[in-house]
Amino acid sequence: MAKQLNLWPARMDVLQSLTGLLLVMFIWGHMFFESSILLGKDAMLWVTRMFEGAHVLDKPYPILVSGAVAAVFLLIAVHAILALRKFPSSYSQYHNLHRHIGAMRHADTTLWYVQVITGFAMFFLASTHLFVVFVQPDNIGPYASSDRIWSGRFWILYVLLLISVHLHAGVGMYRLAMKWWPFKAQTAPLARQRLKLAMWCVIGFFLVLGSASLLTYMKIGYDHADRAGERYKPVSSSTGQAGH
Amino acid sequence: MKQIPVKQLARTLHIQILRHNPCDPQSEPRLQTFELEEADAMTLFIALSDIRENQDPSLQFDFVCRAGICGSCGMIINGRPGLACRTLTKDLPDRITLAPLPAFELIGDLSVNTGKWMRGMSEQLETWVHSQGLEQTSIDSLETTMEPELAEQLYELERCIECGCCIAACGTAQMREDFVGAVGLNQITRFQLDPRDERSDADYYQLVGDDSGVFGCMTLLGCEDMCPKQLPLATQIAFLRRRMASV
Repeated sequence: MAKQLNLWPARMDVLQSLTGLLLVMFIWGHMFFESSILLGKDAMLWVTRMFEGAHVLDKPYPILVSGAVAAVFLLIAVHAILALRKFPSSYSQYHNLHRHIGAMRHADTTLWYVQVITGFAMFFLASTHLFVVFVQPDNIGPYASSDRIWSGRFWILYVLLLISVHLHAGVGMYRLAMKWWPFKAQTAPLARQRLKLAMWCVIGFFLVLGSASLLTYMKIGYDHADRAGERYKPVSSSTGQAGH
Repeated sequence: MKQIPVKQLARTLHIQILRHNPCDPQSEPRLQTFELEEADAMTLFIALSDIRENQDPSLQFDFVCRAGICGSCGMIINGRPGLACRTLTKDLPDRITLAPLPAFELIGDLSVNTGKWMRGMSEQLETWVHSQGLEQTSIDSLETTMEPELAEQLYELERCIECGCCIAACGTAQMREDFVGAVGLNQITRFQLDPRDERSDADYYQLVGDDSGVFGCMTLLGCEDMCPKQLPLATQIAFLRRRMASV
């Protein structure tokens, strides 16, 4: 067969998995950074300043955050357009799939549909979140974020986004492992069981961590509501800058 | 033991079967319930034979070997695909619903034409040994030997009986008619491992390197979990995916 090979199906499959992997790594990191609020307002401000480059540059540059947001948005766009190929696209496909999922009662099939639904929800949820951070990168900080979450009512968005992103990411990592990892045929069923257990543990962990930090931001925002817009002044002013 | 153990009263099974004869223009798909008394070690094959023998001789279903080897009796049992001859009624509730496997041409009632689908897949994927000069091979001479480990590996994949359960269990196959499914991908891996087949990875890529082949698989793993022969389909598809992605 001397026909020219069309390598795009292979590239698209690899790229979908790769962008998914990078996005999961990003969101898991994001969770640890944002939950620095659990360690106190100063810790959160330190992390904020770190991403603005204040610890290595002479002053904070919030534009760096916008740059990171743009990169993440690009990854999401690539991942989304590749994943869209797998979405059911017609009434009959949805009909067959619903009948199939209902009849099979098969966890991995159902979880895939959970990924379709959460993925679709994140077209809107993640875009909204990213846009706000992109255009207001200087509006991140112990008070600035809390005011946005409570007084700006962004907690509604974040509750939905938290659930969607962690279900999608956790299930996605499990599926990624099953898709590519060279398990031995004999040990694969055991490895799969362990991965499944790890998946639920990770999803649970990040939902708890995310909920705890979201509640903390809401509490701070609630207490700060009458002075919304005022920036946080660090107690120990090691950064030498006024807080956000 | 103070009492002599006695057998418990046999259950009455309510077997609901999706009836339809596509050859009869008057036939409308309908569910028909049959009742019968459960017997010891009763399989669905025995139950269905009993119904056909004693209640409705027009009931259509396929069986050949009754031992999970021929792959004829795949059907949807309470929503999931499985082989009727290997399914014991004692593992099922009192009410059992049977339907023909989806994605295959319906012959009538529980009988579907998996053979036609499998032949189409086989022709599309060219699932036979491709080798130059086979015509000149003397069938009297000894075959080239093969390492026992490799032969076992091939045999493991050859155990597929083409029953169609992996297709019925596959979410992708429910949405995409042209998806070759685990059965097709399994065959490609089988020939890829076979040293007698001279095709290269690029040749196999022509056959399965798109969304109707290995890249269409979304790893829902219904095939792995529902395969009546417990074939290692997940690891096998992952293997093929890695090979095809690195062509």
